[in-house]
Amino acid sequence: MSAVITFAVAGRVLAQLRRDHRTLAMLLVVPCALITLLWWMFEDLPGGVFDRFGPALLALFPFIIMFLVTSVTTLRERSSGTLERLLAMPMGKGDFLFGYALAFGLVAAVQSLLAVALSVGVLGLDVVGPVWLLGLVAVVDAVLGTALGLFVSAFAATEFQAVQFMPAVVLPQLLLCGLFVPRTALPDVLGAISDVLPLSYAVDAMQTLTRSSDVADVWGDLGVVLAFVVGGLALGAATLRRRTP
Amino acid sequence: MKNAVEITGLTVVRGGRTVLEGLDLAIGDGVTGLLGPSGCGKTTLMRCLAGVQRVASGQVTIFGEPAGSAALRHRLGYVTQSASVYNDLTVVENLRFFARVLGVDRADVDRAVTAVDLDSHRDQVVGRLSGGQQSRASLAVALLGSPSLLVLDEPTVGLDPVLRRDLWALFHRIADAGAAVLVSSHVMDEAERCDRLLLMREGRIIADGSPADIRQRTGSDDIEAAFLRVVEEAGR
Repeated sequence: MSAVITFAVAGRVLAQLRRDHRTLAMLLVVPCALITLLWWMFEDLPGGVFDRFGPALLALFPFIIMFLVTSVTTLRERSSGTLERLLAMPMGKGDFLFGYALAFGLVAAVQSLLAVALSVGVLGLDVVGPVWLLGLVAVVDAVLGTALGLFVSAFAATEFQAVQFMPAVVLPQLLLCGLFVPRTALPDVLGAISDVLPLSYAVDAMQTLTRSSDVADVWGDLGVVLAFVVGGLALGAATLRRRTP
Repeated sequence: MKNAVEITGLTVVRGGRTVLEGLDLAIGDGVTGLLGPSGCGKTTLMRCLAGVQRVASGQVTIFGEPAGSAALRHRLGYVTQSASVYNDLTVVENLRFFARVLGVDRADVDRAVTAVDLDSHRDQVVGRLSGGQQSRASLAVALLGSPSLLVLDEPTVGLDPVLRRDLWALFHRIADAGAAVLVSSHVMDEAERCDRLLLMREGRIIADGSPADIRQRTGSDDIEAAFLRVVEEAGR
């Protein structure tokens, strides 16, 4: 691996994104708009429902959006022949993956910063733990989305198929992450499945942060999510083949 | 002198079909043309040289190293049939990116842009260029870092005759500077521009020699007629 090449990839991905104003606007505005919508929905209801759902959404949006963006962009890279060209050059697989993770991680950081600032500063989301940690968890979730997106792009032949991996990979995690039914109240089998899905830990971390100032649990959850990130990137690297049939 | 490329017993199966079977071939300096109809195995052979094709058996050696090995990645320029550049970046942005990957300096970028005659379009987004301009942008990437072997898969398709002539002149200049250049085409009239010609059909090299050689041997006026003659003789 070479730092120069990794940064070259990251810089190039960001340059492409900078030119694509619509995607950039969607990446930054949509999460904020959806969080505002959610806040508005519950505004007249008693019981602090926004405080219950808000943190989970801060974990979800970066994850889902980065998953989609990454799976489609890497697929485009595979089908346009640019990946083949890069792999015939002195580029390591790690350079490619970390370059992408770096670029999208940066976008995710900005995205999360906006969403967290809006939720806590404007919409009055109660956060007992440190707010910066909330931002960090959101960024790690986004990188998780990037890692899984890289991995599934290997199994899609077209952009159409890549988009359909979203419901297949993301929705089950969304249903089982504790947002709808607390994870402890799930049937045993589903609870066990929920225990091996990364998004569960991401949402746990967010919910702990809003309820208590005890950050030890948060670091534990964050560690699990990071392990999934590393695993996703390693699997992604395994799907990048220099030689193809 | 040793050949740039040595191929022995190369067999490739793609999608259940044997595309190349036990191919033996050596490619030396100069401009070598690989001519044959679409689907005859030209692209597969070129992918083998670039080290991106999964091979069933046989050896491909380039400058004494197995094709695709890390040592060769700085020395090989490879252009795929479709333009492998980023549509949403400008010509120069594309070249600067690939130059950084190759560890080549910026002066090389300007040289490559000029070589493919894209100076007037250097700051345009590739996606808005014509097909011919896009494939020239893709060709420019392969020229970065002065590779010792250029593998070009149909680089002149759909180009203006003047530009085609200029590009062939460029290939010869590159070859004169000491590189081996392999160019594929399915247009037979490009054959005369090569130092050496390989006619390919159904995965086999059916004729090999200078254009004049092949014409003389088959008693034909042009390469298209020579191609037909060889195929007919093989059929008898």
